Amino acid sequence: MAKLILLLLKLCILFFVVDAVFEDQVGKFDWRQQYVGKVRFSHFDTQLQSSKKVLVATESNVFAALNSRTGELFWRHVDKTGPEGNIDALLHHAQDAVLVVGNGRMLRSWDVNVGGLNWEMLLDTGSFQSACLVGQQGTVKHVAVLKKTVISVHYLSNGHQKWVENLPESETVDYQTVYSGGNGQVFVLGVVPHSHITIVVYSMEDGEIIKQVSVEAPWLSNIPASCAVVGQGTLMCVDSTTMSLNTLDLHQQLQMTQIPLQSLGLEVDPDFHPSLVSHQPNPAQKPLSEFFLQLGPERYLLLQLNNGQIVTLRDFKPALLSSFVTTGEKTVAAVMSPKNKTVSSYRIGLSTHSGINLFSSDTGRRLLDTTLIFTVDPNGGKPERLHVQAFLKKDDSVGYRVMVQTEDHTLTFIQQPGRVMWTREEALSDVVTMEMVDLPLTGTQAELEGEFGKKADGLLSMVLKRLSSQLIMLQAWIAHLWKLFYDARKPRSQVKNEVSIENLSRDEFNLQKMMVMVTSSGKLFGIDSKTGEILWKHYLDNVPKNAAFKLMVQRTTAHFPHPPQCTLLIKDKDTGLATLHVFNPIFGRKSQVTPPALPQPILQSLLLPLMDQDYAKVLLLVDNQYKVSAFPSTKNVLQQLQETASSIFFFLIDSSQGRLSGYRLRTDLSTEQVWEVVIPTEVQKIVSVKGKRPNEHVHSQGRHFLHNLIYLNPNLLAVVTESTDVHQERSFIGILLIDGVTGRIIHEAVQRKARGPVHVVHSENWVVYEYWSTKSRRNEFSVIELYEGMELYNSTVFSSLDRPHAPQVLQQSYIFPSSISTMEATLTEKGITSRHLLIGLPSGGILSLPKMFLDPRRPEIISEQSREENLIPYSPELIIRTEWFINYNQTVGRVRGIHTTPSGLESTCLVVAYGLDIYQTRVYPSKQFDVLKDDYDYMLISSVLFALFFATMISKRLAEVKLLNRAWR
Amino acid sequence: GDPLEAELSGFSVPLEHSFELDVAKFQSRGSLLLKTGREPSVSLTQNQLSEDDRSKLKEVAAVDGLYRIRVPRVSLQADRQTEWQVDGYLIAFVRACAMVESHLSDVITLHTDVSGYLIGVSIVTLPGACRGAEVEDEVDLEVYNTTLSIMAPVNAPPETALFLERMEQESEKKGKNPQEQKSFFAKYWMYIVPLVLFLMMSGAQDQSGGGAGGGAANGGGR
Repeated sequence: MAKLILLLLKLCILFFVVDAVFEDQVGKFDWRQQYVGKVRFSHFDTQLQSSKKVLVATESNVFAALNSRTGELFWRHVDKTGPEGNIDALLHHAQDAVLVVGNGRMLRSWDVNVGGLNWEMLLDTGSFQSACLVGQQGTVKHVAVLKKTVISVHYLSNGHQKWVENLPESETVDYQTVYSGGNGQVFVLGVVPHSHITIVVYSMEDGEIIKQVSVEAPWLSNIPASCAVVGQGTLMCVDSTTMSLNTLDLHQQLQMTQIPLQSLGLEVDPDFHPSLVSHQPNPAQKPLSEFFLQLGPERYLLLQLNNGQIVTLRDFKPALLSSFVTTGEKTVAAVMSPKNKTVSSYRIGLSTHSGINLFSSDTGRRLLDTTLIFTVDPNGGKPERLHVQAFLKKDDSVGYRVMVQTEDHTLTFIQQPGRVMWTREEALSDVVTMEMVDLPLTGTQAELEGEFGKKADGLLSMVLKRLSSQLIMLQAWIAHLWKLFYDARKPRSQVKNEVSIENLSRDEFNLQKMMVMVTSSGKLFGIDSKTGEILWKHYLDNVPKNAAFKLMVQRTTAHFPHPPQCTLLIKDKDTGLATLHVFNPIFGRKSQVTPPALPQPILQSLLLPLMDQDYAKVLLLVDNQYKVSAFPSTKNVLQQLQETASSIFFFLIDSSQGRLSGYRLRTDLSTEQVWEVVIPTEVQKIVSVKGKRPNEHVHSQGRHFLHNLIYLNPNLLAVVTESTDVHQERSFIGILLIDGVTGRIIHEAVQRKARGPVHVVHSENWVVYEYWSTKSRRNEFSVIELYEGMELYNSTVFSSLDRPHAPQVLQQSYIFPSSISTMEATLTEKGITSRHLLIGLPSGGILSLPKMFLDPRRPEIISEQSREENLIPYSPELIIRTEWFINYNQTVGRVRGIHTTPSGLESTCLVVAYGLDIYQTRVYPSKQFDVLKDDYDYMLISSVLFALFFATMISKRLAEVKLLNRAWR
Repeated sequence: GDPLEAELSGFSVPLEHSFELDVAKFQSRGSLLLKTGREPSVSLTQNQLSEDDRSKLKEVAAVDGLYRIRVPRVSLQADRQTEWQVDGYLIAFVRACAMVESHLSDVITLHTDVSGYLIGVSIVTLPGACRGAEVEDEVDLEVYNTTLSIMAPVNAPPETALFLERMEQESEKKGKNPQEQKSFFAKYWMYIVPLVLFLMMSGAQDQSGGGAGGGAANGGGR
């Protein structure tokens, strides 16, 4: 009987088996990299000497712990995007990390060791100002949160509120800072701009106001920016107008004491706002009486407050960054200064090394053997912040490691005397756009290609060329042999197949490519698609904050000996002014070609299929005067443009006015308007316009409907609008299909009772869009397909200008059980493989949904014809099947975009999903029909072949003998 | 009486065209009579091409110039018709040669949005191609042969309506003979449940007994 049940169980299991990625294929064709974003706060976990954790809270609303030995993530918590998840403060004590999130909306405590949530408290409304830990009698048990109008104190152990008090006169006083010196009092500092400072002292026990004083300070407006608390509770402020330090004893004094910087023999750099940095090693103790005063971009002073007198301990000039750090009972100051002292300019990008040294904080003496060399990456940004981890060595001296944060969001962790333990390229957490570029051929292949690529110039030179290339090939072969021989003698473990720029070359099926990624910080990366290794990086330091990027491949690797060329258009969204960065996508080097200066704001850029004599595609830039400039603008290009001007059309979209307008190029590179469509902005606004991808191929036009041909218009634009009326009964989404050349509206549809966000994919003859149905409160997909009719109007070539009949339009909608983050369609070399939609879900999964399920011809009732065409009967729900997730358990945080590229194999499409993380994999929409399986039995097939071959030989011989014998008879 | 008349009567807007060698210069081609109301319609009265215009059109066609038309942006809603002012035009074009070779046979479509505002105009000729055919001035290029239509956006299908209808039909069918539609389990559950229970009980006993026995056997083996 037990066997029977077991059998039943087994059957159950058998039914639920799915065919997704096999376990042994995990990580074979795919990789994932996880990021946290630009670091805003960081703390080293100092509970134990051996602790390896660095806590970071970032501008991407991520709180994470990094392994300080390897740079990998221990754990990571991703909060909501936008201001709701914004991390306002990170306080760290022992094994608790307290976060204030969402402008003071939440107070959370995390366990540092495992990353678990200890507790979470919803705070009263009010905008967050400041937070600090409060200690008493040597122990830290509370956290104080200061908001615009209230101060609340919470227990560190469970988050419960100990007390909450309204701040006095909060309408006039701008409270900015909270401070506690560990003596049972909490100081709240507020300022009335151009008048006075208000200091309110609360008792820790019950929140009673002990004291409330006002101190004259007409020059002060921002306490955190210009003040710091030092020593036994002295507020030290720097006044940049009178160039003086102002001190105020918070416990006793009612008047500020002014100490002019000149009396200390100091001078501030012109146009520099000096600032102060103090250090409180433990919230239960007083801050140090030593502090840093920054007087210029490269000048720091270590000062000491001694009985109301300020003593200069040391003057650091030049110094880039400084920081205090405490280990055990010792506090030291770490200062980074440029090593190459001959370079006195402000831009330290010129100097290649920086030295970091430790100084005793109470004397300013340099500690011996504490120099650490930081090599500034010439392709990176300059250092921005210094995070120091100090520890006591066995001989009680201080050792340290530093984490340097540079402008390009890179974290570099360095050990003495300058060994880089790891770097994290956090710029990659915000990829804006990317391209995948074919790798170049190997040297020998390229040499052969080059021979045919060049123009013929005489018989003799051709012969010489051929001989020389043969020689090069021979040389390469010998080198290869030598390497084989050399490697054979070494033990196997030492032979490594390292990927480097030098040995990059295209593989047999073009599956390995160079991923060129553009990040919002302005750093460009070249990443090997096979391993995910960063092969080159380049930081553009003049990128405006709100730049829009467009990356174009002007020349691929196919035109040896001309190097491949990518052009990045960087446009300031406010002014419209743009710059071009031209570079080689394989090596990341800036190209010798000088891009044109663009004095006018740029409205539109388009990459033409025209090529100049060096095989670079022509980039046209349209400025706000509707003048067109070409890059490259050689004579050859201008001539070609003149010849083809009448067939170059382009469109401009002004979504603020709802205007879509078409232009034609004139021979003198001016333009003329040829069409205009205006969508009234009072009713609806344009939210997205999608064209087709230029590298898309469609294999067959007559696949569908037995005889019905699909309508393929490469110039078709899908314009999506959303209604301005957001009421759920009246809101709608509009879809317009417009021909980009003639401006003809091919189809116009409205989806009533729907609203955005709308995600659109436009490819072949179909448009798929996803929206929120306000009527049924669910996400829905809709698909539009266009058909030409029974016969093709002009079968040889498509022209928008000559296609008078409007296509037939079919549409169907479906229910989708999840909201989506982004959507893209697979792309293959020849377009034979069936298409899938790749859908990035907010859960981090990437779903590969066959386009077959989104087909408006899916019949309500199954007929003979529909069965013949393999159409699935219509059902309103699209089901998410778990085996459709192409990234199994490798979730991609906050997926923002998916990039698809064809590979050399028709069956295979390369996919990169990016967001907070980057995930690369391959998909096979129609299975691997052109590849033999991994476990293909070569032995069996070849042995059968051989056996058959010999059998034929033997039987032939036997037959001959038999024939001969018969002839003799 | 009066309101009915107001609803029936439309208003007219100019239809202009331009075919020039250099800068576009729009001239009147005719006037569009737009009938407002629930089901808007449109009709067109247009002039003939003059002698000069015909030769100019052929000239423009010879250099692959463009034939452009434009209509003002107006709303077809009854309450806004009276105060339409020119706040822009909607423009469309065909190649002038196509216009010539099709003997002025064009199809003009006006597109409106959900609220009845004109958002676009399109023009195509039939046939649409330029083959360089010879055209007689007097006979072929005198009178327009225009097909005019007005298009409002289509309502995209809500996905479930038809499907639910079908489901209902099927359930009605099922409703007719409920006896047949009862599933196997629904019919014989009174036999199945005790059987399963019995199997489970005995199975659990069997397993524990078997486990013990196995242990003993192992022990014996050593």
